[in-house]
Amino acid sequence: MKKSQDDLLENQVIEIRLLIQAIYEKYGYDFRNYSQAHIKRRVINRLNLSGMANISDMIHEVLINHKFVDQLLMDLSINVTEMFRDPSFYKAVREQVVPVLKTYPFIKIWHAGCSSGEEVYSMAILLREEGLYNRTQIYATDFNPVIIKQAREGIYPINRMKEFTLNYQKAGGKSAFSDYYTANYESAKILDTFKKNIVFATHNLVTDSVFAEVHMVVCRNVLIYFDRNLQDKVVGLFSDSLTGGGVLCLGSKESMQFSGFNHNFESLVKNERIYIKKYHV
Amino acid sequence: MTPAKKYKAIVVGSSAGGLNALKTLIKNLGKNFSIPVIIVQHISADSENYLIHILNDLKCLKVKEADEKEQPQPGYAYVAPPNYHLLIESDQTFTFTVDERVNYARPSIDVLFETAAEAYRDQLIGIILTGANNDGSQGLKKVKELGGMAIVQDPETAEVDSMPRAAIQSCTVDHILSLEEIAAFLNTL
Ligand SMILES: C[S@@+](CC[C@H](N)C(=O)[O-])C[C@H]1O[C@@H](n2cnc3c(N)ncnc32)[C@H](O)[C@@H]1O
Repeated sequence: MKKSQDDLLENQVIEIRLLIQAIYEKYGYDFRNYSQAHIKRRVINRLNLSGMANISDMIHEVLINHKFVDQLLMDLSINVTEMFRDPSFYKAVREQVVPVLKTYPFIKIWHAGCSSGEEVYSMAILLREEGLYNRTQIYATDFNPVIIKQAREGIYPINRMKEFTLNYQKAGGKSAFSDYYTANYESAKILDTFKKNIVFATHNLVTDSVFAEVHMVVCRNVLIYFDRNLQDKVVGLFSDSLTGGGVLCLGSKESMQFSGFNHNFESLVKNERIYIKKYHV
Repeated sequence: MTPAKKYKAIVVGSSAGGLNALKTLIKNLGKNFSIPVIIVQHISADSENYLIHILNDLKCLKVKEADEKEQPQPGYAYVAPPNYHLLIESDQTFTFTVDERVNYARPSIDVLFETAAEAYRDQLIGIILTGANNDGSQGLKKVKELGGMAIVQDPETAEVDSMPRAAIQSCTVDHILSLEEIAAFLNTL
């Protein structure tokens, strides 16, 4: 291979590290232990769109231009999500987690990395159908303030409803999905009754600590972006937050095998990555 | 370094017609084929990844879904899970992301090839097989740029020829071969 290519790649690694460091020092967002391949893809993407000459130019821009930082924050926090994503997961929650939750007089759930809220409203709908919603408190958090605002609004493009409805049905939904939102020609708004027991707030899994004791933590498709050390730390955070017998739900391609806290948990539904925290840890 | 030891991974991209093509390819690779094979086949988001079962039933390479932070091993073929992009980290382990579709696809062949090219550089072989779009051609170009080898299924022999044709146009590929010939060639490495 040509030497210049090696050089270019080596320089990019250094520049990206400095960019991430600049964001951390100036704004407190800590991407230092995120998957490098992922960060690089997003940064190069933004570089190409921005018309800047190189990543070093982006560093200066990040320091002086708040709009650019916000943009980069959106780039790095992949917010892609959907209602009842992985229907088999919600089916498993309905069949195997709900019986656990039913044993509690009052249920507290933490959705960490909830993005624009689709996952949270899906859970609220499921709990309503299972007769549990009225005694549930949901904390829905994400580190991205822009996305938390969207989540709070609960308004989604109407053209996504077909896909969401299909997911809902596959997930064992008991009603007509259209009962749960009001629609106009371009958007669908989740009914307010599903919002009353949800608190939306910003929370950064890397830099913030436990804020409540909960019976269930749902954190899906967030740990895939973290390196082993950070995964380990965040699973520890969840373990601290959960009561004994509480439920931890991860994404379908996530596991706890790299976490030193994995002995705190046992598997409840293996294929769906649903775990129970042991009573004595 | 002897040529026999040179390549550390093979990335394969396929789309429409890919199931049959992958079967032929895997069947014709020796059981003891020692370079890890990493596959992106375009599949729908809710498919159960039946591809893995079918390829495993051939009793050739061991075929499994790629897992997070796993390091590809000789004797194995890894398939990207539905609805995630598969990336290779610089330490040559797997990572996933769920960001936007690329070329209408998630997993996307370009995403795998581009990140694999950076992780393996001149120790990588990229192979584009049958398909109806142009995913993979940017990735294959990158494989070449970073010193890897580019192989494309001969469009005349492909079930659907647009993907191999797009790949051939994107860069100077090293070999244009039928599936059987690709396997025979790889077996000599
Ligand atoms: C791909 S989305 C997953 C959304 C949803 N849980 C799902 O599975 O569909 C990942 C989310 O994690 C959030 N995230 C990334 N890093 C985070 C951190 N350090 N703390 C809190 N949230 C984070 C992102 O903002 C994004 O909304």
